[in-house]
Amino acid sequence: MNAKIIRKKDIASFLDSLLKDYEVFAPVKRDEVVAFDRIRSASEAFLDYTNSAKPPKEIALPQAETLFTYSTTDNTASVETPPPQDKLTLLFGIRPCDARSFLLLDKVFNGERYKDVYYLNRRAKMIVVALGCTKPGATCFCTSVGGGPFSSEGSDLLLIDIGDDYIVQIITDKGAKLLEDRRLGNAGEGELALMRTVIREAKESMSPGIEIDGLKEKLDKMFDDPVWGSLSEKCFSCGVCTYLCPTCYCFDIIDEGRDSGGERMRIWDSCQFPLFTLQASGVNPRPAAKERYRQRIMHKFSYCLDNYGQIGCVGCGRCITECPVNLDIRQVLTTLFDTEVAK
Amino acid sequence: MTDPTNKIREVARKLLQKKEVELIIGFEPGTSPLQATPCFIRDKEEVDRLIWGSFCSNNLATYLPKRQEKVAIVAKGCDVRAIVELIKEKQIPREQIIIIGIPCQGMVDRRQIEAELEGKEILKVEEQGDKLILKGNNFTRVINRNEYLYPCCQACTHRNPPIYDILTGDLVEEKATGQYPDVIQFKAQSPEERWKYISDEVSKCIRCYACRNACPLCYCQECFVDNTHPQWIGKTINNSDTFIFHLMRAFHLAGRCVECGACERACPMGVDIRKLNRKLTSDVKELFGYEAGTSLDKVAPLATFRPDDPEEFMLNP
Repeated sequence: MNAKIIRKKDIASFLDSLLKDYEVFAPVKRDEVVAFDRIRSASEAFLDYTNSAKPPKEIALPQAETLFTYSTTDNTASVETPPPQDKLTLLFGIRPCDARSFLLLDKVFNGERYKDVYYLNRRAKMIVVALGCTKPGATCFCTSVGGGPFSSEGSDLLLIDIGDDYIVQIITDKGAKLLEDRRLGNAGEGELALMRTVIREAKESMSPGIEIDGLKEKLDKMFDDPVWGSLSEKCFSCGVCTYLCPTCYCFDIIDEGRDSGGERMRIWDSCQFPLFTLQASGVNPRPAAKERYRQRIMHKFSYCLDNYGQIGCVGCGRCITECPVNLDIRQVLTTLFDTEVAK
Repeated sequence: MTDPTNKIREVARKLLQKKEVELIIGFEPGTSPLQATPCFIRDKEEVDRLIWGSFCSNNLATYLPKRQEKVAIVAKGCDVRAIVELIKEKQIPREQIIIIGIPCQGMVDRRQIEAELEGKEILKVEEQGDKLILKGNNFTRVINRNEYLYPCCQACTHRNPPIYDILTGDLVEEKATGQYPDVIQFKAQSPEERWKYISDEVSKCIRCYACRNACPLCYCQECFVDNTHPQWIGKTINNSDTFIFHLMRAFHLAGRCVECGACERACPMGVDIRKLNRKLTSDVKELFGYEAGTSLDKVAPLATFRPDDPEEFMLNP
């Protein structure tokens, strides 16, 4: 195992040295809410957190981004695309579930036929230093969907808190390159043993997960099942689950124009918004929370498997903690699993 | 607080048994010890799912507009106020609902508790009068529920339902109405300080519209933010547009907001949404002597006029 070590008291200077070469995004606490913000000094980073309110997906897929600007004069018009990102972006201290989420978004935006240059430019400049979860939250269920509190999928480096130090696992060449010249010591046997204990105890402390095996096959037979009505009855389509979901990526394209120019922008959208599927004819194939909530579950636990070979959920639990009516996806999936399929 | 639970179940059982309603909307335990969640009961065998406690914070009135069936609804003071306004705005006929009123001691803000416990997981909660006994792995903590109420509950002047068909608890003492100390305090700040506060708050907003969807009085089929012809405000997170969204939503709720706090609770980013609403609520009280949802007979001030309505804004702009 290629593992380095860094003392906790040295993390601030480590981060400060990274700030010279990268635009660093780290968890920042503001009025009791943690979000991933750009930091200008190591002291702004807040690492003693379970998970942020907003996921870090906005660093590759901003909530609002300009696709191009246009301007007109009497007899000319010009269109300009914004220049691609120059600086390298470092995501510091994100959780393994969020690191994994980028792998699904990569599949969506780097398709065979269509490649989203805006997203891909940002991803190419991104390096991920994840922070393993020594204290998983009560609503975390990453282990049920193929992840784990110390999963390295999607990370370039993985930090593991063993008390006074962090073990630094080197996952990719990009990660190894980042550590060049930073002269971190190698982790010793005792420290690695402590790491293994920390990992085991964290996994044992997790809430019981949910059964996913065989769920897709069941869901595919249940599209018209009346259970969707009772499951979604308390949902009022607020959209919080989608905005805070690290693997949700639906977007809308809008124009903001003035008389002599404007910009075309991409903004986040949500399949839970009532107008999401409203057609120009006035017909809406998903008129109520029932159809929209069914779409959310089917997309994440069936269609994503068909389209990308991966479940569209990383088990971060944000939709559970933030849902205003406590519509708990774990409870929903268990109910669906236990519902007898009507013949 | 357990007495209302039994009373609510008893009432629900009788109503369903006698087929006086087809549906009961109430609360059942949530998936964490600090949460309750809305539940919809149609079978009298299921009424024991219903509970009452310090975490029954949702405003269930939001599930009433355009309902077809006869329904009984568990409603606190603020919830009933919302129901009263919805009836007056013709979103649900009075005859179609049975109000199971419950006087409220204020709802406990689980996030304040979670923040104080700094990530320690709570496995069980017991309520004993004003005490909440929180139990986790290797710890027990006893707190006074009154120190952890939502801000809207701290300011509440309508804990008792103004109208009801059945009352399932004893009436509680009320604060004097017409007092807005938080608004007075905010007004005392300079315009620059107030601008900075509101700007900072709306900069946290991610335009998810959870506040709008949670609000029982926001029931428009097409909200002004979704219009494109004309486009009233931009759809990005431009601070200016976001400010206008909150301002206009507050204006649309002037004289209609019942201060239930559903907006604040739904907001994932902790935006102080009620600040603007509180100002408009105090203005409506001052100008028209009206408080939303307190009486089925009083017409909303923006839906009528009196010859002696204040005219200062016209004569002394």
